[in-house]
Amino acid sequence: MAAERTPRFVTEEPAQVDRWFDRITLAAGVVVLVLLTLVGLFLLLRSRDALSVTGVWEFLTRAEWRTDVKPARIGVLGLVMGTVLVAFTAVAIAVPFGVLAALFITEYSSTRSRRYLTALVDLLAAVPSVLFGIWGFRFLSAQIEPLSRWISRHFSWIPIFATGKHPRFSGSIFIAGIVVSLMALPIVASVVREVFAQTPPGEKEAAFALGATRWGMIRLVVLPFGRGGIIGGAMLGLGRALGETIAVALILPQVAQVVFHILENGGATVSGFIANRAGSDDFTTSGLMAAGLVLFFLTLGTNMVASVVVSHSRSGAGVEL
Amino acid sequence: MVVAVPATRTRRPRRPVERTTDDVLTLAGSGVSAVSVCWLLFARFTDGVGWFGFLLCTFAVFLAIFYVVTAEHHGTLVAADRVATAVVVCGAVALLVPLTWLIGYVVAKGLPTLRPNFFFDDQRGVTPLMPASAGGGSHAIVGTIEQVGLALSWSLPLGLLAAVFLNESRSKWRRPVRIFVDAMSGIPSVVAGLFIFAVLILPFAKHYTVFSFNGLMASLALAMIMLPTITQTITVVLRLVPDGLREASLALGSSRVRTVWSVVLPTARTGMTTAVVLGIARAVGETAPLLFTAFGYDLMNPNPTSGAQDSLPLFVFKNVRKPDISAVDRGFAGAFVLMLIVLALFGLARYIGRDRSKQSSNRRRVPRLSSLQERFQR
Repeated sequence: MAAERTPRFVTEEPAQVDRWFDRITLAAGVVVLVLLTLVGLFLLLRSRDALSVTGVWEFLTRAEWRTDVKPARIGVLGLVMGTVLVAFTAVAIAVPFGVLAALFITEYSSTRSRRYLTALVDLLAAVPSVLFGIWGFRFLSAQIEPLSRWISRHFSWIPIFATGKHPRFSGSIFIAGIVVSLMALPIVASVVREVFAQTPPGEKEAAFALGATRWGMIRLVVLPFGRGGIIGGAMLGLGRALGETIAVALILPQVAQVVFHILENGGATVSGFIANRAGSDDFTTSGLMAAGLVLFFLTLGTNMVASVVVSHSRSGAGVEL
Repeated sequence: MVVAVPATRTRRPRRPVERTTDDVLTLAGSGVSAVSVCWLLFARFTDGVGWFGFLLCTFAVFLAIFYVVTAEHHGTLVAADRVATAVVVCGAVALLVPLTWLIGYVVAKGLPTLRPNFFFDDQRGVTPLMPASAGGGSHAIVGTIEQVGLALSWSLPLGLLAAVFLNESRSKWRRPVRIFVDAMSGIPSVVAGLFIFAVLILPFAKHYTVFSFNGLMASLALAMIMLPTITQTITVVLRLVPDGLREASLALGSSRVRTVWSVVLPTARTGMTTAVVLGIARAVGETAPLLFTAFGYDLMNPNPTSGAQDSLPLFVFKNVRKPDISAVDRGFAGAFVLMLIVLALFGLARYIGRDRSKQSSNRRRVPRLSSLQERFQR
């Protein structure tokens, strides 16, 4: 009788079933951790054949891909340059449009048009990259050519717009960049929108109360507040653009040389090159693994820096990436 | 010298967003003059720039004229505001153009060659000289369904558990796992294919047919891509479940497992379904990882564990690159079917995740999904 009267001892000790719950979910989390590590590890392991023949430094600084000579002369410099050029072209186009879309959604639109535009950006993210690829390759390329020709004729004094003697304007880095920009745009727009939506309403109202026009308010409050988010969104878009494969594989001719003339036919990207050489002999495959490793670290680094930039900016502190 | 006396003037208060006839005329006038100027410039005085360049230049000239005219009337402050509005609205509308164009193009090219036999035949006996409507892509459709289905069966349980781990546990490993999930969502899809190729196919293909080019390997590569997406989206949905529900469940004495299983997951069910459907929509269109895993095949191979298999995106990719026109057209028919599937999945996701709060207010609380769809883009 007396025993029942003593208060029950409350413990924080989890029940047996909860302990198993913790273990199983932890295991699932750790699997993800292990998988990513394995990706890097195995690519490194499999690329050893190629790297031991060419040497790491030569592989990184050589811009040709010849497996017919002995010893093979393969290197990723041209591929990496092409990847970076395509990605920067894409981001240069995607960021202004992403910011405009985000501004429209957060500051200008009515509720209804906001819903439609959000759905539209989502849909853009859902369209398979192979469809973008065939559209760019078969259709858009021909539409952009006159513009490329005009730019090259009048602005060829700017080094990247220069072309060779008898340039062909199809299959250029410029066109690939335009197509990839459509795929980078959704992520840029969504990050920037999320950041803009967190602008403190008090500051916006203060600007209006001081007589600012809507553009004045955006210029003085929204854009400075969202600067970190814009930079971070641009870098995430860059990460997406660096890894884009199929559309680029369809559009660019994929020769492993350094190409600076973005308006001209030519250029290659790491991912597109890998996709085009699928099913090659063992040594080439080993080289592709090494190229994949370079791409892996390139995108990983970009995405890491991007998330640090966003989360350390004032506006992005609450934004989950 | 005349001094204006503001008190005697009757001024109607003017709302900032008001639009008068004058404004509309200014807008239209600027537009017409911009088109005229650019037409003169490009069609008469210099060489052509193509319609795309023409549009760009016209827009720039339009903005300049619009600014000058508005500044004349209302001052530079208002002019800057109106020009900014024009830029933002046009920029947002411009997003509509490539998408409708892309969809229109794929429909226009794919629909004419699409015959019912596309869904029932494979490429058996099809030669380059045959018309595009000969043969079909049933082998690719079957491959896609099998690969994506298998990929879902790997990535859904794991992703769900990982999301529960990230959101419902108190482990100190949450932060590194979250960072790795985010990092994993950024890896290029072709690298996922390379990884499966390097880990399973290269070392084991000689000894076991299970580990050669086949649908199973493709499903593993696709799962690598789906896993971070599913984990991230489900994490977002779980975060939307009100803490009060969890606390109520725990206060009633249930274990954490019971809380997750009977309270958290059922509440988030709609959101999770949307997340999964969007994950499928993304995986259906992936091509790059399949090049190293499924490899592609022209004939029907319903067995995912043995032999190369085709899939719809792969079918499109390979056919569009062939030199003969009929193959290209066949590729476009496949592209049309692929686009239909993706659009259907997208519509399904939006239908499941629609905002039902307007229709019935006494329904069980369902997490809102607007933020989930943002997450999908990552």
